[in-house]
Amino acid sequence: MAEDGARAGAAVRGFGGVAVRIGEGLRAYGLIVAMWVRSTLAYRTSFLLTALGHFAATGLDFLAILLMFSHITALGGFTLPEVAFLYGTSSAALGLADLALGSMDRLGSRVRDGTMDVLLVRPVPVFAQVAADRFALRRLGRITQAALVLGWSLTRVEVAWTPGKVLLVPLMVLCGAVIFAAVFTVGAAFQFVAQDAAEVQNSFTYGGSTLLQYPPTVFAKDLVRGVTFIVPLAFVNWLPALRLLGRDDPLGLPGWVDFLGPVVAALMCGVAGLAWRTGLRNYRSTGS
Amino acid sequence: MLYAAVAAGSFRRYATYRIATASGVFTNTVFGFIIAYTYTALWTARPHLGGYDLPQALTYAWTGQALLAATGLLTGGGMDELQERIRNGDIAVDLHRPADLQLWWLAADLGRAAFQLIGRGLLPMAVGTLAFPSALPASAVTWLLFLVSVALGVVVGFALRYLVALTSFWLLDGAGVSLVAMLLCMFCSGMVLPLNVFPGAFGEVVRLLPWSSMLQVPADVLLGVHDGTGAALALAFQAGWAAVLLAAGRLLQSVATRKVVVQGG
Repeated sequence: MAEDGARAGAAVRGFGGVAVRIGEGLRAYGLIVAMWVRSTLAYRTSFLLTALGHFAATGLDFLAILLMFSHITALGGFTLPEVAFLYGTSSAALGLADLALGSMDRLGSRVRDGTMDVLLVRPVPVFAQVAADRFALRRLGRITQAALVLGWSLTRVEVAWTPGKVLLVPLMVLCGAVIFAAVFTVGAAFQFVAQDAAEVQNSFTYGGSTLLQYPPTVFAKDLVRGVTFIVPLAFVNWLPALRLLGRDDPLGLPGWVDFLGPVVAALMCGVAGLAWRTGLRNYRSTGS
Repeated sequence: MLYAAVAAGSFRRYATYRIATASGVFTNTVFGFIIAYTYTALWTARPHLGGYDLPQALTYAWTGQALLAATGLLTGGGMDELQERIRNGDIAVDLHRPADLQLWWLAADLGRAAFQLIGRGLLPMAVGTLAFPSALPASAVTWLLFLVSVALGVVVGFALRYLVALTSFWLLDGAGVSLVAMLLCMFCSGMVLPLNVFPGAFGEVVRLLPWSSMLQVPADVLLGVHDGTGAALALAFQAGWAAVLLAAGRLLQSVATRKVVVQGG
């Protein structure tokens, strides 16, 4: 959490120091989040409406899938419960990342209007401040909706459940959330340079999640390769889900690749940390 | 000519943010690809669903991405700014100006839409046409009708968002209403799935609501679904909704402005 370059020069060194800084960052994150939650609840009607709205907005995607299945029995060879499983895991993973870090896309506008400077002078890790800025509790709507669809699909998919397979489901969602969180962070770091390009990261976060809601068989192989090897979103749910559902992977990768989710998530965090540090180090105030 | 100047200024304002435009084009193209592949799977499983063949369905998908920014299907299309002015009281200054509030914002919205149609619409459409089978018309008349239909769609979209923005006079924080309005718009415009795929009576009703003017009707005009008189009827349908909704906006505006109390002195 506390991977900000600005405080890299702090006197803390070694493993204990890192732990202290992470603790510090988390505490700051928690405090800022609590503040935004209180502020959100001041307009109670609006909060309820927006949370419901988020619930319904993400529900629309699923409604589209239901409407499609009112005309067909299988999409790309996948049945409705199977697509619902993909939908639930992808959307829940994105929902968690979106709740934790979703407001980071405002970083570009902070750089543009100069309010980024304010964050740098506070004795709190910059990453924690940016991540918690405008924390949007309403995003629980997406998580709730995804959880409902996921729960429904789990009762319907034809899987011979073993303890390992049961464990794979929450692991998928968690690793997926970490992968999406890393994408949010890289996107935010990119905005130190691009400033106005907030929408590019939407392609990879919201767009990525939409992509993962459909079976990989629907898409061109090159696209599937791209989201496996370049932006490894396929590890969020496609690969583990194919294993769980007993489907062949369209790329024909070796079987152990399906379990690489945690490794990929850790790697992505490393990349995100580097990107964030580089971005922050290259930050130049717009001045006035 | 005041309103023409407002529209031109708004056009230039949106044209200033080139990186934002480029990143928007990128995002629309990515989403276009995702949707086009899912439509391919759907229309392969059920050819002629909703009366479209596969190229028509794909052109529909890309038309949606091309019009997304222009008709403000997803974003507030600048209306969040009006909401913010109502919330923080700047609206009092606007009401003092020797210009009509609704016409001012309509002009600004038309300028914005004109830029976003060109800046954010053309490229995704071109990419989609090159990468997938397409059913774009060859006749110039169809294109002209399409442009008229898009313009009417923009006006209907504006009229709806203006009504939503005015609710801020009562609710102060308009975020909730805006979100609900956006949902209705996404679902009922045909952005989520073409409206002719919606089943039975439900589909019939949704196709008659104003939101269909924002995507379904322009796309059908482009795809040549309507013949001569059919196209005229489609445009009349849009114009009718535009008139009704603008009039409703006028009415709400007169009620709202009577409520404004300017504090301080």
